Amino acid sequence: MRALRSLALIIILILQVISCSYSWGSPHEHPDFGDSIVVGSIGDASTLIPMLASDATSHEIADLIYDGLVKYDKDLNLVGDLAESWDVSPDGLTITFHLRKGVRWEDGVPFTSKDVLFGFHLIVDPKTPTAYAGDFMEVSKAEAPDPYTFRVTYKQPFAPALSSWGNIVVLPRHLLRGKDITKSPLGRRPVGLGPFKLKKWNTQESIELVCNKDYFGGRPYLNGYIMRIIPDPATMFLELKSGGLDWMGLSPMQYQRQTNTRFFRENFHKYKYLSFSYTYLGYNLRNPLFKDKRVRQAISYAIDKEEIIRGVLLGYGVAATGPYKPDAWFYNPNVRRYPYDPQRARELLREAGWVDRNHDGWLDKDGRTFTFTVITNQGNALRDRTAQIIQYRLKQVGIQMKIRTLEWTAFINDFIDKRRFEAVILGWTLGQDPDIYDIWHSSKTGEKQLNFIGYKNPEVDRLLVQGRRTFDREKRKRIYWRIQEILAEDQPYTFLYVPMSLPVIHKRFRGIHPAPAGISYNFIRWWVPKNEQKYIMP
Amino acid sequence: MLLYLFRRILVMVPTFLGITFISFMVMHLAPGEPMGLQSDFNPKMTPEVRERLRAQYGLDKPLYVQYFRWLKGLVELDLGRSFSPDRRPVWDKIKERLPVTLLINLLSIGLILVVAIPLGVASAVRQNSLFDQVATVTVFVFYAAPAFWVALLLMLLFGVYLGWLPISGLHSLMGYAHMGTWERLLDNARHLFLPVLVSALGGLAGMSRYTRSSMLEVLRQDYIITARAKGLSERRVIYRHALRNALLPLITILGLSIPGLIGGSVIFESLFAIPGVGQLMWTSVMARDYPVLMGNLVIVSVLTLLGNLLADIGYALADPRIRTGTRGE
Repeated sequence: MRALRSLALIIILILQVISCSYSWGSPHEHPDFGDSIVVGSIGDASTLIPMLASDATSHEIADLIYDGLVKYDKDLNLVGDLAESWDVSPDGLTITFHLRKGVRWEDGVPFTSKDVLFGFHLIVDPKTPTAYAGDFMEVSKAEAPDPYTFRVTYKQPFAPALSSWGNIVVLPRHLLRGKDITKSPLGRRPVGLGPFKLKKWNTQESIELVCNKDYFGGRPYLNGYIMRIIPDPATMFLELKSGGLDWMGLSPMQYQRQTNTRFFRENFHKYKYLSFSYTYLGYNLRNPLFKDKRVRQAISYAIDKEEIIRGVLLGYGVAATGPYKPDAWFYNPNVRRYPYDPQRARELLREAGWVDRNHDGWLDKDGRTFTFTVITNQGNALRDRTAQIIQYRLKQVGIQMKIRTLEWTAFINDFIDKRRFEAVILGWTLGQDPDIYDIWHSSKTGEKQLNFIGYKNPEVDRLLVQGRRTFDREKRKRIYWRIQEILAEDQPYTFLYVPMSLPVIHKRFRGIHPAPAGISYNFIRWWVPKNEQKYIMP
Repeated sequence: MLLYLFRRILVMVPTFLGITFISFMVMHLAPGEPMGLQSDFNPKMTPEVRERLRAQYGLDKPLYVQYFRWLKGLVELDLGRSFSPDRRPVWDKIKERLPVTLLINLLSIGLILVVAIPLGVASAVRQNSLFDQVATVTVFVFYAAPAFWVALLLMLLFGVYLGWLPISGLHSLMGYAHMGTWERLLDNARHLFLPVLVSALGGLAGMSRYTRSSMLEVLRQDYIITARAKGLSERRVIYRHALRNALLPLITILGLSIPGLIGGSVIFESLFAIPGVGQLMWTSVMARDYPVLMGNLVIVSVLTLLGNLLADIGYALADPRIRTGTRGE
């Protein structure tokens, strides 16, 4: 019953997220061209060659300058971009992309399959300092039989491979061939084929893009995109209030308490959608304390997720039930849930042998008190507060939890990598593909690998491999649904919450429709009516 | 004097080498590596790729080899390339940020001197008067108030409520390219007003206190009594006879503030979104970008050593007692 209710809640939340997008902007209006958008960013981009960049800002800009062979649409379906279509051979080993004809680089040179082949050779080249070579190492053969066909053959069927052919490997061969990519001027002055072109980049100040009038997908309605780099969030908010910014992401506090003034109602629209991430409490499963599934389940029952969402996110989030966000097509809503139920938690702990025998208020077993330390990284106030709320709730069932916050690099190198932790509060950013092999497969428990909690389940292992080998969406969905069921039963993490992204955008921009993919998927179709345009850019 | 100078400069060489060596070692003691940002928690990162990156950065070699490699570059005036993904030459990265940092620091030191010295003199002349007490409390309030807080309040007042000044950045985003020289200058001045003001406010206390105490000392001297006895005007006594002598200690302070000129401040630069050296250093520390850190360190330590030297020379030039002292040796 409780499970049903929270499911209903989630559906309502999703409906709210979706419905708020259709409340303005009638579809019959004719979009106008012109105007620019000014976006605030905390950090500067590092390089605009996508395969070399590892920070979000660089990719945000590069995504507007380069297109990939494939992309995700608003419902997270993989669709063609530079590739018009693709075929997967019946054995799942070979993918053939049929490229769009007549696409040109900014400098007028035609885009062909040679460019993709070049990008592929570059990314697997040991001399290229890229963090994205992993997926491409699985390729046994890549060829460009004609200018508009690109074919790759894998050693084994590899479903996530399809999505890896994004803009990471699309680079202008005629400008980079035979050059050292790390010293290429393209990192600062990219030549792309996407909807925007770089106009000016003032380091640590601003990045200015202008629309690409020859973009194969039709020129964007907006003339320009300007990213201002403002490292301090408080300053950024003041800039927004003084009219210097059109678009920034808000914190829950700003969203709820500081943006209800008349000024904001008259000038801005607030949006919200589920972000691609979740926060969890992970247990080191090598620790005898957490070996017993009942103990982990008990902790999950003892924690009130809704309370955390109210207290930490001011309600702007939903409870996580597994490693995916609830509006993804591979999300399974029917898994076992852990509503707040301290009585149930105590029962499970008693079954596992944890009882307060010496009446000191803490549970004990074989003379050992139930106490552990949770670590989290410094500087993330949300995680810090989450930890405190959990601490309070666990105390009520007789479990003593201590909190320790650590500087990020020390946290990773000395604690996570060396497995010197009992429990951890962290978050994962989600990809658009359901593949989570690297986080949950038992082969990934080695040093520096991501299954650092040491989760081992033969069925999950088998399903994870199967999920990577299967291209059919329905079959994949069934596989990942089963994985979610097992994880919900095993509770190797207590999945806590999926926070919302809370962007605020100036009212003059039309055509913004939040979807599971967020809001920027149709950025090139945003527009401003002529009489409301603010910035005139040549 | 020349011999003394020569000796001083010679001593600076091992000092400088010592600084670079110790910093290099300490820097590598901090946990984490430059690839951390790229590789930590990145599912696409395989161990082979990580090793490949390490080798590319030269981090697979022993530490002393890395140090000598860096030192060799330095001798050839090559500070190397940044470890960040853009791989730009370190000097380019520092160079593009120096002018704005220098400008702001010079303006703010200028402002401090212009305000603090008269304030210090006036306080000393009217020691323990109401004016002295009010001035003291005011400068210490500015000194004690967290700079970021003062900055945010001023931004809120001038930028949001009154709308007189821009909040952050160096110049207007739109239309700057089409402005004439004077318009640009005005635009820049409007943008720089708050950052310079805020960074100067905090510095007032130190400088005005130094002036005040050194002025008080001088005013007690016999030659001031003599000057007054001669019947000179109070104005002349204070500004011609007393102030000149009172300013001597300030030379040392100014000399020592030379490295601070390029140091930049992370807090101001982040708050006002100014692309200065401070922010570059901060991000480099966070990303463990060793070459950029070492590059900046070289510049700062050279300037510190130079500043010390200049202060000594300036002192000798300004104070005949020191000049004759060295000659008498």
